[in-house]
Amino acid sequence: MAETTQTYEPGTHPDLPPPLATTGALGWIKKNLFGSPSSIVLTVVSVYLLYLILPNALNWALFDAVFNAGSRAECRELGSGACWGLANVRFSQFIYGFYPEHLRWRVNLTAVLFFLAILPILWDRTPYRQQWFIYSAVFPIIGYFLLVGGLGLEPVETTKIGGFTLNVVIGVTGIVASLPLGILLALGRRSQMPIVRTLCVMFIEFIRGVPLITLLFVASTMLNYFLPPGTTFDLILRVLIMVTIFSAAYIAEVVRGGLQAIPKGQYEAADAMGLRYWQSMRLIVLPQALKISIPGIVNTFVGLFKDTTLVVIIGLVDVLGVGRAALSDAKWQGLAWEVYVFIAILFFICCFSMARYSLYLENKLHTGHKR
Amino acid sequence: MAAIEQESEQLTLGRLWSDKRYRAVITQILVVAGVFMLVAYLAVNAVQNLEALGKTFGFEFLQAPASYDINQTLIPYNSRDTHFRAAVVGLLNTGLIAITGCIFATILGFIMGVLRLSSNWLVNRIVYCYIEFTRNVPVLVQILLWHGVIVTTLGVPRNALSPMEGVYLTNRGFYVPRPVFEDGFGLVVIVFLAAIVGMIVFSRWAKKHQEETGQIYPVFSIGVGAIIGLPLVAFFIAGMPMSFDTPELKGFNFQGGMVLKPEFTALWFALSVYTAAFIAEIVRAGIQAVSHGQTEASYALGIKPNWTMRLIIIPQALRVIVPPLTSQYLNLTKNSSLAIAIGYMDIVATLGGITLNQTGKEMESMMIVLMIYLTISLLISAFMNWYNRRIALVER
Repeated sequence: MAETTQTYEPGTHPDLPPPLATTGALGWIKKNLFGSPSSIVLTVVSVYLLYLILPNALNWALFDAVFNAGSRAECRELGSGACWGLANVRFSQFIYGFYPEHLRWRVNLTAVLFFLAILPILWDRTPYRQQWFIYSAVFPIIGYFLLVGGLGLEPVETTKIGGFTLNVVIGVTGIVASLPLGILLALGRRSQMPIVRTLCVMFIEFIRGVPLITLLFVASTMLNYFLPPGTTFDLILRVLIMVTIFSAAYIAEVVRGGLQAIPKGQYEAADAMGLRYWQSMRLIVLPQALKISIPGIVNTFVGLFKDTTLVVIIGLVDVLGVGRAALSDAKWQGLAWEVYVFIAILFFICCFSMARYSLYLENKLHTGHKR
Repeated sequence: MAAIEQESEQLTLGRLWSDKRYRAVITQILVVAGVFMLVAYLAVNAVQNLEALGKTFGFEFLQAPASYDINQTLIPYNSRDTHFRAAVVGLLNTGLIAITGCIFATILGFIMGVLRLSSNWLVNRIVYCYIEFTRNVPVLVQILLWHGVIVTTLGVPRNALSPMEGVYLTNRGFYVPRPVFEDGFGLVVIVFLAAIVGMIVFSRWAKKHQEETGQIYPVFSIGVGAIIGLPLVAFFIAGMPMSFDTPELKGFNFQGGMVLKPEFTALWFALSVYTAAFIAEIVRAGIQAVSHGQTEASYALGIKPNWTMRLIIIPQALRVIVPPLTSQYLNLTKNSSLAIAIGYMDIVATLGGITLNQTGKEMESMMIVLMIYLTISLLISAFMNWYNRRIALVER
């Protein structure tokens, strides 16, 4: 042992590399997977669970799956995994519903125009943002005529709009139409006038207290009773009205949160400038309040978008309706896993990306108002 | 007098609008008038429409025989009973799913929320995937998925899956042994109730004792021991007065035992798992909201880590957790109305579904259903507000 011992003058010892087990991959594993006895147990248990689930799931979904097949029987001959042939064969129906095939380009065009319309809202460095907003404001009219027809375009019955398109249409219309109503309700709830405030509170709490499905039932069974005798209108329009009212109550609460987060000094400063109520709201308070409400609004939209699947219960053929129709087809009976997993993935992609966007915004907006 | 007259003379139309106080009054009068006119307009239309259809408004239909069956009931019910009783059965089914769902979702959500904060990378990632996958898929799709899985993947009773003795998983439901209580089981129940009351008294005393002397008793472990242990002792003293009625395959189906219908199981599981993902995020945010300085201060005072968690972190985290937790309970209760999609007979499926279609009383049925949900919502939020006030921070 003696020959390895070496003495150094203070301060002359060369730097040694850190112990092997504290850096690099090994160090990371030791720290993050086997840091403590309980952590070791958790790691072992989760590795075992993954071992049980992951190979089976992957085999089912990918390796043993059949992607091209005309019926369930055909699938079973070709492989033991998932029968994605169903999603493959009926893909266009899942997306467009029963929209006439030769007019489907109009749905695609609407989708492209829609993304262009929301671009300046979502991305604050869009070139010519102010001018672009004018187009965003006009887009709903363009979208309406593209989807339903008119103005020289071949008309399409609204009942033909279906599949995932219907979900997107209901979700987007609901959120866009409910924004102004929601803002008004939020302002009403914070108003100094007792009667206005009470009415707004009652409305918001009523809507938030009942499930959306009961409101949809109201739309489908009894809304016609409240209209002048003889008027009937489209189920989709009735659903849109209900969805708008529903999400307005939720938007109102989000916007109210935004309004409350604005320091009182802003209100007082607006008053001191001699601005009238609507002027101060429009020029001072709402721009700030809405800006910090955007993440909340996006979250409300994610919730509403998921809830659009409920229309299947009152008989509209949305993406879930197409799926259920496929399941009751003798050719595809019994493929519940495939149908619902496919729809789930569709929604997951949309909702997850929106949720990530809202998270990104939240982090970005944290700078100004966090003290 | 003259001055006052002049004042009132000046009260012209223009001034009514430019003075803030008068404007508020006028606006409110206009709003009330507008709302009143809207309601009146709708009501007149409704009356005219109902007359044109030859319908009357009334709740007598609730006393008529329902003449439909309900596959899962908590109280005795058959198709000769009234619509009212059918509605009560539906309401109880809603309550069953809401209560069992909230309990399971809370347990799962708290476990997942704590695991999400685990320093173990693998567990952390797995929980993250679970949360994101369940949160971002519509709950209706999940309900239909689990229902579809049970109905299509599991076999008929003949080919039942049996993970353990007496438990059979089939596409007609999960059959499990039913406990049969014999004479003397009352003693166990009495001891159980006595143990709970005793523990409440003990924990109050222990808290007071702690405040006076600083001495802490392990209330939680003693409590769990007493509430589980004492009835167990009583159970053996009474001579094990319980047996199991196990399901047996007779003909095409199982006889005896207890059955969990596929509709109930799918709905309960999907709703709990979906809500648990939200609760997990709430719990994570709540624990993270407690500043790290609190933990450090607690350690500096020499308080052990698990006591720090119990005495310092959790009480403060609960303040952040409880309000959003309430709205998750409300959401679960409201989402239970999706039962109608898979045929679980809750209040919407009975009163708002079959009864509505049979009697044509849309207005009355929907009014009752809406009122019931509104009452449930207000009750839950009132309870949670009370609880929240109790644990809220008392500031100087």
